[in-house]
Amino acid sequence: MAETMQIREEFEIKWGMVIDVDKCTGCGACQVACQAENNIPPSTQSFNRLESVHWLYVYKLDNGLPYPDNDIAYLPRPCMQCGNPPCVTVCPVIATTKEEEGGIVSQIYPRCIGCRYCMAACPYHSRVFNWFDPQWPRGMDKTLTPYTSVRPRGVVEKCTFCHHRFQLAKRRARAEGRDPHHLREEEYIPACAEVCPTGAIVFGDLKNPRHRVHQLAQSEHAFRLLERLGTDPQVYYLSRRSWVRRQGDNHVQKDQQRGE
Amino acid sequence: MLEQELIPEGVKRCSPGKFAAWIGILLLFVLWGLCAAFLIYGFGLGVTNLNNYFAFGLWIAVDLIVIALGAGAFFSGFLKYILGIDELKNIINLAVVVGFVCYTGALMLLAFEIGQPLRGWFGYWHANVHSMLTEVIFCITCYLIVLCIEFVPIILENRQIHKKPLFRNLAHNFHITMPLFAAVGTFLSFFHQGSLGGMFGVLFGRPFALREGFFIWPWTFFLFILSAIASGPVFIMLISAIMEKTSGRKLVPFSTKKLLGKISGLLLCIYLFFRILDVWSWASGVLPRTGFTFDEMFNQFYGQWLLWLELGVGGLLPAIILMTPSLRARSWLLYTAAALACLGVVVNRYVFAVQTLAVPVMPFDQWFAYLPSWTEWGTTFMMVGYSALVVSLAYRYLPLFPRERELNA
Repeated sequence: MAETMQIREEFEIKWGMVIDVDKCTGCGACQVACQAENNIPPSTQSFNRLESVHWLYVYKLDNGLPYPDNDIAYLPRPCMQCGNPPCVTVCPVIATTKEEEGGIVSQIYPRCIGCRYCMAACPYHSRVFNWFDPQWPRGMDKTLTPYTSVRPRGVVEKCTFCHHRFQLAKRRARAEGRDPHHLREEEYIPACAEVCPTGAIVFGDLKNPRHRVHQLAQSEHAFRLLERLGTDPQVYYLSRRSWVRRQGDNHVQKDQQRGE
Repeated sequence: MLEQELIPEGVKRCSPGKFAAWIGILLLFVLWGLCAAFLIYGFGLGVTNLNNYFAFGLWIAVDLIVIALGAGAFFSGFLKYILGIDELKNIINLAVVVGFVCYTGALMLLAFEIGQPLRGWFGYWHANVHSMLTEVIFCITCYLIVLCIEFVPIILENRQIHKKPLFRNLAHNFHITMPLFAAVGTFLSFFHQGSLGGMFGVLFGRPFALREGFFIWPWTFFLFILSAIASGPVFIMLISAIMEKTSGRKLVPFSTKKLLGKISGLLLCIYLFFRILDVWSWASGVLPRTGFTFDEMFNQFYGQWLLWLELGVGGLLPAIILMTPSLRARSWLLYTAAALACLGVVVNRYVFAVQTLAVPVMPFDQWFAYLPSWTEWGTTFMMVGYSALVVSLAYRYLPLFPRERELNA
């Protein structure tokens, strides 16, 4: 593989997410919270992942067995904030970066030229394009938050782990005379994790032993999506069901046992 | 000045009325494209059938196709000026014009394709040296300048312009420096043809396109160069044949066409050897490593027939015809083989641009199919109409074919 085209950098802080798929009921509250928090315009196509602007999408997984053995699971998919992001190296204008912000993959809207090469590169479909001008029906513009800039049509956007919340948390820590680079677990939480009614989404610094994600990510039930591709995601999933873990990656015949 | 006085001396062209009618037809295509362009720029790219899964579609596929087929310009220049194959002087002017319309046409489509066309210059200002696309942006625009420089002396050869001493001397000086520009064009083209292939080979999140490679260059880098130089010469030959059929005049000696066919045939054989190796190593190496089987790369819509069409009908078959002297000596077989070789590269570029994105990578995801909208077709046909317009004007008013008079005597 053309190894040198890949970026592998380690950062002091590594913000990550552990999503317990067994706890997720597929209620979609995380999607709604994400939309409201990040000024994603309302759309009649909200559940059409091909057309709509969404930063987080809840996929429905099925074990494919007939009743009574049929089983389903819901898998919320934010941006994986890959350790080795396929999208960053391909961007021709450096409109997306992975730097000292806890390894969050950024998207610089005023610089994006809308070539969509990053979308082609991302196997998770975490990146979406503004196919039309964003529009808020009369009155709904009052719901806009001052923390996230709205995006024009013609640019790509993606989940940023609510990066503005990270900035606010650091500012608060500085004001209180604490080290902004060593935040407590609850100080910075993305909207989806905060709102999840079953507590399926846990957020924190994967490198900080005092944060729950540090232990959860090492669980025997933990897995990451498409690990074999070498993207090194910072989002982990948990499931005690082997068929769910197995759907986290692609497997050929000879590695039947993988993921189980 | 009469329109007749602009036509090269000693050659026959159709009546102005007939020519105007032909131009009118081409302008209808341009008009169709302008209507689509109005909607695209007015409302956004949502008026196309592109979507979050198919970030690339018809436009990128056509861009890849016309740039591959337009490779005939640089490669003919390389063969004539650098390798000294003098026979190609009979077609070199047409090669430059076709190259020019292919590249300007590709840039025209890119202006629709990118969401923020006014930021296109960011490619230079904020260049990401790690991106294959950056290399493509730099090389294509630089090569377009070379093509313009190569086109200028052909324009200066116009009967009326050539009368002016300044322009005559200028044309002469341009001709003297042409080997230099042919060399620059070859250098630039090798890199952007390759980088267009590299763009897909480096997508390590997309097993359909992902390839092993040499240092930073995936195999697709070299395969795109090879397929472009294999199909480019016969594409130019095919255009000349179409022009002969429509004008009813002999323009290029058949010996030149056969030579182009032979060159393409040889390159096609080399390309196919490596392309078949590539498919084998991809199917037995890249795919199992990423957890996929060969069969999982295809479905009913994006079937294996596309691969066999590319390798068999658009590869082996034309290679056999073009490499067999008795077969390529028959004009209809030569033209058929040329068309099939072009078809092969069309299918190859299409699957890399579109099927790459159609294959679901997450196990719980699904296949989607993409069909271009009328707005995408409209702008694409506008590009085709524009290209035909430029070639038609060049054919009517510029001495494109040095042997035309002799062949029609």
